[in-house]
Amino acid sequence: MVYLDNAATSWPKPPGVALKMTEYLEEVGANPGRSGHRLSVEAARIVYQTRESIAELFNAPDPLRVVFASNVTEGLNLALYGYLRPGDHLITSSMEHNSVMRPLRDLARQGVELTILPCSAQGQLMPEQIEDALQPNTVMIALNHASNVCGTLLPISEAAVIARERGVTLLVDAAQTAGAYPIDLERDQIDLLAFTGHKSLYGPMGTGGLVIGERVDLDRLLPLKRGGTGSRSEHEEQPDFLPDKYESGTANAVGLAGLGASLDWLSERGVLSVRSHELGLMKELLEGLSSFSEVVLYGTGDPDLQTATVSLNIEGVQPSEIGQVLDEEYGILCRVGLHCAPAAHRTLGTFPSGTVRFGLGAFNTHDDINLALDAVRELAKR
Amino acid sequence: MKDNHVPHAYVVVYSTSQAIKIEKLLQERSITSKLVPVPRQISSDCGVCLQVVGSDIALVEAILAKSEIEIQGIFQ
Repeated sequence: MVYLDNAATSWPKPPGVALKMTEYLEEVGANPGRSGHRLSVEAARIVYQTRESIAELFNAPDPLRVVFASNVTEGLNLALYGYLRPGDHLITSSMEHNSVMRPLRDLARQGVELTILPCSAQGQLMPEQIEDALQPNTVMIALNHASNVCGTLLPISEAAVIARERGVTLLVDAAQTAGAYPIDLERDQIDLLAFTGHKSLYGPMGTGGLVIGERVDLDRLLPLKRGGTGSRSEHEEQPDFLPDKYESGTANAVGLAGLGASLDWLSERGVLSVRSHELGLMKELLEGLSSFSEVVLYGTGDPDLQTATVSLNIEGVQPSEIGQVLDEEYGILCRVGLHCAPAAHRTLGTFPSGTVRFGLGAFNTHDDINLALDAVRELAKR
Repeated sequence: MKDNHVPHAYVVVYSTSQAIKIEKLLQERSITSKLVPVPRQISSDCGVCLQVVGSDIALVEAILAKSEIEIQGIFQ
């Protein structure tokens, strides 16, 4: 079996992940930070350690500015619903995932003004487009770091410079890049970074969140949910300090224990080393695929301008059909169709039938790429 | 308990995450602290606070001030 669906969820996980999660369930198990007994304190320490590892990975100023949520979608919802008010203007791109588009469409109905910048047919955005779209009421620029459909990277650093100059908040959806591509909150000047644990951070599902930069006005950013935090229990009002303000209800501590283990693995291996491994595989894959005349490739075609997610079509064959044959006859697991990003597919010209997406990961090998190339070659000749 | 006769002080913080952050900070400077439930006579909060040795208070205060960590208070 060849697993090429890492852009949806990475698999397999580093060996320590399952171990840490089992250990948590069997030996700790208590509610983190609620009760003050030894197991509760131990649970809180494990959650805190993961918070610290996330802060370290993204060079966040303070572990307490890492807010955990169930996934990147919840992190993005917190940022968008928490920050935007009717009358505000937001700039985004036509390459966004529905995790951004759907909240924005809903917020637009509530009176938030949207500008959706059209990207090129390769999924690229020019920084000048952002500059030109700014209005006096622009409060946020929300961009994905890389497309989940074709991997194309957006100009985050350039957007950050514009955002800083104009006093606008920059929200980055790092679903596809966190762990796979270097991110540094300070260097990249990102105000809000939404991340997920189960993709390139190699952790379990049900983990993710939002890292809140120092420039963000916390009074303005409202929580998505309110409830028990294990702090200020004498008050019926939500606490106003980090991270409790945004983290109500018992945390997914077992998931965060697993994420902590995967972050240890990632920090040992290094984001740059994972990136260079994936670059090598991606180059082979792109070179091989572009030699087949029946294959249409999406994105820039330049490995340096994208993550290791490659989208393609075979002329005259539906992606769904390809997906089924790849799975059943070749044991190659990938994702086909629309990848929860209709706007991105319209931009790339692949709406509504979608694409075949190979999402490479740290555990893929040259053999995996060769098997995928052999399969596509055979399918294209049918 | 062995340390019954050592006078304790309690660093009362806003959250468990903050308590662990301070615990680590103190650990780095070899100051012993322990996460314990907040004593009822100090606060009705259900959370934890840091128990430190009474004679370390000045040191702890200095470290917290330097790190710009805002706490609820130190109680003896």
